Amino acid sequence: MKDVQLLPEMQQKKSGVTRRSFLKTVTGTAAGIGIAQMVNPALIQALEKGLKRHPVIWVQGQGCTGCSVTLLNSTSPPIADVLLKVISLQFHPTVMASEGEMGMENLYAIAEEYKGRFSLVVEGAIPTAEDGKYCIVGEAHHKEITMVDLVKEIAPQAGSVLAIGTCAAFGGIPAAEGNVTGATSVTDFLKDNGISTPVVNISGCPPHPDWIVGSIVHLLEKGIPELDEEGRPMIFYGENIHDNCPRLDAYEEGEMSETLSDPKGCRMDIGCKGPDTYADCYKRKWNSGMNWCIDNAVCIGCVSSGFPDGTTPFYEPA
Amino acid sequence: MAGCKPQAESAGSKQKVKIPIDPVTRIEGHLKAEVEVKGGVVVDAHLSGGMYRGFEQILKGRDPRDAVQFVQRICGVCPTAHATASALALDDAFGVELTDNGRIARNLILGANYLQSHILHFYHLAALDYVNGPDTAPFIPRYGNNDVRVPKEINDVAVGQYLEALEMRKICHEMVALLGGRMPHVQGIVVGGSTEIPTREALNAYAVRFHKVKQFILEKYVPIVYLLAGPYGDLLKTGIGHKNLVSWGVFPTDSKGNTLLKPGVYTDGKDYDVDPAMIKEYVKYSWFEDSTTGLNPTEGETKPNVNKKGAYSFIKAPRYNDKPHEGGPLARMWATNPEISKVGQEKLGVTNFRQIGDAAFSILGRHVARAEETALVAMAVEEWLEQAQPGKETFVPAEIPESAEGLGMTEAPRGALLHYIDIKDSVISNYQVTSATIWNANPRDDMGQRGPIEEALIGVPVPDVENPVNVGRLIRAYDP
Repeated sequence: MKDVQLLPEMQQKKSGVTRRSFLKTVTGTAAGIGIAQMVNPALIQALEKGLKRHPVIWVQGQGCTGCSVTLLNSTSPPIADVLLKVISLQFHPTVMASEGEMGMENLYAIAEEYKGRFSLVVEGAIPTAEDGKYCIVGEAHHKEITMVDLVKEIAPQAGSVLAIGTCAAFGGIPAAEGNVTGATSVTDFLKDNGISTPVVNISGCPPHPDWIVGSIVHLLEKGIPELDEEGRPMIFYGENIHDNCPRLDAYEEGEMSETLSDPKGCRMDIGCKGPDTYADCYKRKWNSGMNWCIDNAVCIGCVSSGFPDGTTPFYEPA
Repeated sequence: MAGCKPQAESAGSKQKVKIPIDPVTRIEGHLKAEVEVKGGVVVDAHLSGGMYRGFEQILKGRDPRDAVQFVQRICGVCPTAHATASALALDDAFGVELTDNGRIARNLILGANYLQSHILHFYHLAALDYVNGPDTAPFIPRYGNNDVRVPKEINDVAVGQYLEALEMRKICHEMVALLGGRMPHVQGIVVGGSTEIPTREALNAYAVRFHKVKQFILEKYVPIVYLLAGPYGDLLKTGIGHKNLVSWGVFPTDSKGNTLLKPGVYTDGKDYDVDPAMIKEYVKYSWFEDSTTGLNPTEGETKPNVNKKGAYSFIKAPRYNDKPHEGGPLARMWATNPEISKVGQEKLGVTNFRQIGDAAFSILGRHVARAEETALVAMAVEEWLEQAQPGKETFVPAEIPESAEGLGMTEAPRGALLHYIDIKDSVISNYQVTSATIWNANPRDDMGQRGPIEEALIGVPVPDVENPVNVGRLIRAYDP
């Protein structure tokens, strides 16, 4: 690992992530609701022995940077700890100091140096139409590099690929009906190009920061987490939102919200897609546990492989 | 380590050197800059937007209400602005008038993200142009000769603030989520107002967080921007550009259309009222069909053609009255011309924003405008918090019209934002977005005029072609 010179205030804590803060991430207790059975004891042990920074190359295709922004909202551990103690973010267009060819050269050098030992994060879909020209990610050796070129070259060298966000995991909005760009999910793209690097899908538009950080830490310490049929970690995407919704009682009593601003009732009649959506938002909540979509309006099914074509119209019952 | 590979050598010589920077980093999206340097300064520039998704095509045929959700995914840094523009266009098309509490709730959602976006921009996108991060990834590699001029003590303070600002921007998102459901990508902004009627508890939780952020803005963000004006004083003198500005205005303060940040157009030294009919989007140098050039967004078409000869960007070139105009905090502060902060008054020896004069049209001037605007929005957030009524309705239900048009004009943190919707048979028949970065980072137009950032790059000093630090500084000052 390259030189790790931490800031003075960062040196005070010895381990990368405290056990307590990691417990919070995995269980969602940041939201105030602990679910003890979700904690993997091996992970806690891993945290106690301290983590080594893991090289990450983060590339962006057809996305909105919202997945990067959501990661910045990580609470436990805070994002500064993620960046300075958990991962070694060697390439990230929105964050890194370098630019231009220096940044691109570093990307290729890191992929070579840590072959099989780094994670490639893909944010955004991969547009395959027109030889990939709908997304140009940089220039190296006087040659324009498309997202297609980059993923084709780097994914085979990675130890794992994290498809972060619904665009990368399933195609998302760029792949919705009406698109002309041939927007493709990471899994389909790798399959079409005969690349066998394992993929973990962390869907959501955007994903919860805990789903990203928790998956990365799991990957580092225990390998790839148990995945559902759609390649997503069961620990975060295993449960149905409606079946676990705090408003389920209202539904069972037939108390249905009538308008979007109705504070009470089940949202199903005004379009909530909770019944078809699998994620633990209902207990984890968003933005340090401040709120979540159903208490505010409706679930739009943003973690689903069918998002958005299969989950629209958003404000009509499914 | 060499940064970019100039295609000819000898810095500062009379020979022309072409420098490509691709990707331009610490921005939102995919951008390439290619500058030509002669005699130590930029003499020509091309900016190329490298990504296309096709929102305008994807929206066709959909339920108009869904647009507010789709368009937020244009930009994960400013989804609330796209939601606002879209909701305004839909309010217009649906013929719905907001309740006061609905308007205020929207302001509190958008306002909190303004604070988030400006803090994120200065500390996490731009600051590494002026200070060195720790010697570890993602702060290395960096330019070998990166022209960092602050002494170590100030550098350490800035790095400490970089970390503190991570927390501050996260808190801003908590404020957004309290009324908007979650962030990025809020549920709370919809046609007809805002979905969550604020409770006293939610407003208190918002206020507690807001006061921390406000203190950070006033005591750290604004002062450090002025602190940079010492060692980097020359950057107040470079990057003037076309000196034309557009602002559509943002943050309605009543139901009559008055706004906190004023609308206004400033062209060739004169002020004009905004007239949306004066906007045209040109595509001669963009990867779109030539047949779609010169259209007002209300009749706009989006037909990509990636193989078009001579084109070099996925960004269209919008023009106001056929001239390039810049948007963003500078344009809004110029139109609003408020009294600036006490520290600003002391440092610059002026009271109101316009008295800064040409220095505002510079690399550092744009940072000053953004910091001053952040303080101004923070003051207004405090007022909206007092005006918000717990328990009062924020949402007005409205039917989808069978046929209607709507125009939504607002301001994203990074500049003027316009959404246009045309509804036929109760579904979207046309949707057009003229976004903030499209105003700033566009290529040449059909008349051959450079886009605002392209023009502002002209004359920017590049004494060392291996380390073209000022090019990135100029581009990032616009928060593209």
